[in-house]
Amino acid sequence: MVDPRLLKMLKDAALTALVAAALGIFIVGFRTVDVGSRAGLSFQYEFVDLAVALVIIFFGRLGLQMAAMGLRWPAIALGIVMIAAGASPMQLPSGFLHWFVALGGVLLVIRAVWPWADQAIHAAARTPTGRIVNTIGTQWLGWVLLGIAIVMPFTPFADQKTMDLGVLILTYVMLGWGLNIVVGLAGLLDLGYVAFYAVGAYAYALLSTQHGLGFWAVLPLAGMFSASFGILLGFPVLRLRGDYLAIVTLGFGEIIRLVLLNWVDFTNGPAGIGTIPGPTLFGAVFAETAPEGKQTVSEMLGIPFHGIHRLIFLYYIILLLALITNLFTQRMRRLPVGRAWEALREDETACKALGINPTNTKLTAFAVGAMFAGFAGSFFAAKQRFISPESFTFIESAIILAIVVLGGMGSQIGVVLAAVLLIGLPEWFRELGNYRMLAFGLAMVLIMVFRPRGLIGHREPSIRLHPVGSGGSG
Amino acid sequence: MAETMLEVRGVATFYGAIQALHGVDLRVAKGEIVTLIGANGAGKSTLLMTICGNPRARDGSIALDGEDITGLATHEIVRRGVAQVPEGRRIFPRMSVFENLQMGATLVDPTHFQHDLERVFAMFPRLAERREQRGGTLSGGEQQMLAIGRALMSRPRLLLLDEPSLGLAPLIVRQIFEAIARIAREEGVTIFLVEQNAFHALRLADRGYVLANGRVRLSGTGRELLANAEVRAAYLEGGHA
Repeated sequence: MVDPRLLKMLKDAALTALVAAALGIFIVGFRTVDVGSRAGLSFQYEFVDLAVALVIIFFGRLGLQMAAMGLRWPAIALGIVMIAAGASPMQLPSGFLHWFVALGGVLLVIRAVWPWADQAIHAAARTPTGRIVNTIGTQWLGWVLLGIAIVMPFTPFADQKTMDLGVLILTYVMLGWGLNIVVGLAGLLDLGYVAFYAVGAYAYALLSTQHGLGFWAVLPLAGMFSASFGILLGFPVLRLRGDYLAIVTLGFGEIIRLVLLNWVDFTNGPAGIGTIPGPTLFGAVFAETAPEGKQTVSEMLGIPFHGIHRLIFLYYIILLLALITNLFTQRMRRLPVGRAWEALREDETACKALGINPTNTKLTAFAVGAMFAGFAGSFFAAKQRFISPESFTFIESAIILAIVVLGGMGSQIGVVLAAVLLIGLPEWFRELGNYRMLAFGLAMVLIMVFRPRGLIGHREPSIRLHPVGSGGSG
Repeated sequence: MAETMLEVRGVATFYGAIQALHGVDLRVAKGEIVTLIGANGAGKSTLLMTICGNPRARDGSIALDGEDITGLATHEIVRRGVAQVPEGRRIFPRMSVFENLQMGATLVDPTHFQHDLERVFAMFPRLAERREQRGGTLSGGEQQMLAIGRALMSRPRLLLLDEPSLGLAPLIVRQIFEAIARIAREEGVTIFLVEQNAFHALRLADRGYVLANGRVRLSGTGRELLANAEVRAAYLEGGHA
């Protein structure tokens, strides 16, 4: 007699493989190849790849079923076999299948070990040391991250590549914090946030290349321009909510991009704007030789010139700008207008009943959020020294929104973690070549499966009357 | 008769093409507790919301202390000293009790805040116990207390309550009605109460109106209406809380 459980598992795994086959036959099974102008396209069949993938999926699903039924050891064994198969010199039809089977094995082992790990984590959290670590984790995480961010350029890892990545991540942290005001606090879903980023970038690019204004002079102006655009967007969408609001903001983002693309006289169209000057340090420039009447930073400080100095300087500027964004938001949350943003997200009708003017509240949220995007945009232009409408496509808005959502709406630390994951991961996955976006997507799905409310989904009250634990009986 | 606080004259309200109120007249004097009772769909909530400017009256006029407020936006009306405890409570679920109360005090001079807070906590000690708790995790009765407390934080002259007893246990309903009576007596706030729980509402109120199909059908003192045969038949028979 066959164990009915085994039968059920086999059935389930076969069904999964069948679904995968139906989905995969068009994506993996065929490939169109251009065989010269006369013959046009022809099919190339890759059924062996598909078959191998299906076998892997079958066993992977079987392993997951075992793990779910508490058969941990067989599941772990199967996972290890899969990892070994992936790492073995055995000849699979494509390199990707090696990755696929190995990654599947890793996931399977994680799934099988998860209940133990979960128990162990909970047990560890109850020990005195665990409690201390927990406190550090929840209350000091921000400060620890800030400390790491400040000393980062002086550590041995701080080469060109890491610093570049650091600047990139911090830019997105700032954008995430800016959008968090609109989406996380005020609850207004904005899919066109990149428009304000573009306005800030073009404001600096045009004012610096055509009117010779410096970075520090333009920065507040760019913020003001973007804020006015925020209000401009705010007016037509005041009465909209949810999906409808999202569609209009999406359209707004596209309008700005298309204007930048087509108003060639003003923006130089698709060719973009180049030779944008970088930011200066007390009037000194970051270059090997200074232009007429200026001095270089290395001359001013009396240190030998090195290309990385400029990068470190940019790093600290964006760190400072991001921190200002954060401090401003934290402060706003304690003020009536910030409180009104949150209340508006919770219940607009109740807000009106309390005498809050929803129009003004929404407009300030849009304006303030846009202002920070404008700052970040100016910084971006000064860092890249070249901008074109291509940098401000919808995918940028989507990434920034993903950072806010994955971080846990309204959580400041969550935005940082999500930015590190979303911007950092694709860089680290670069070795996977074409499959890195696949791995990236997988990582995003995993976050949403394990942390459906975002990495940090818990909202801390903005004011506590008593320290945690001592207040109230409830 | 005492000075008039709220005067509703010939108010007609429409939802699209459907007329919900057909020329309602009603008057609330300063310091009074006035209740509006009626069956489901009679237009009670619509009238209360029309007083708050959402939806606006298509016809007729609403005056507060002699000033016409018919065309004003909700937040403008609230600024003139009208507080609303909306139907279904509508507290902010993800904000703490304390933050909810803070939101109520948005329009008030912050120097009053501490004093007002203590008054609300004295009236509803349960809220003081739960001040750090999120609004959404409170029980129904506690949420109702919070909604009333939040409205009081705006130092209203006129408090509008929409079915505060809805979905609450009889014991809690009694507590809520006692609190409403105290607000009127001790704080001198004028109260306009919309209720389905006719028995409790009429016992509490100085005067009452009965609304049916968008029209005022009866009016009188609370005692008179309680004794009225028609009221008894339509709204009180079949047991009361």
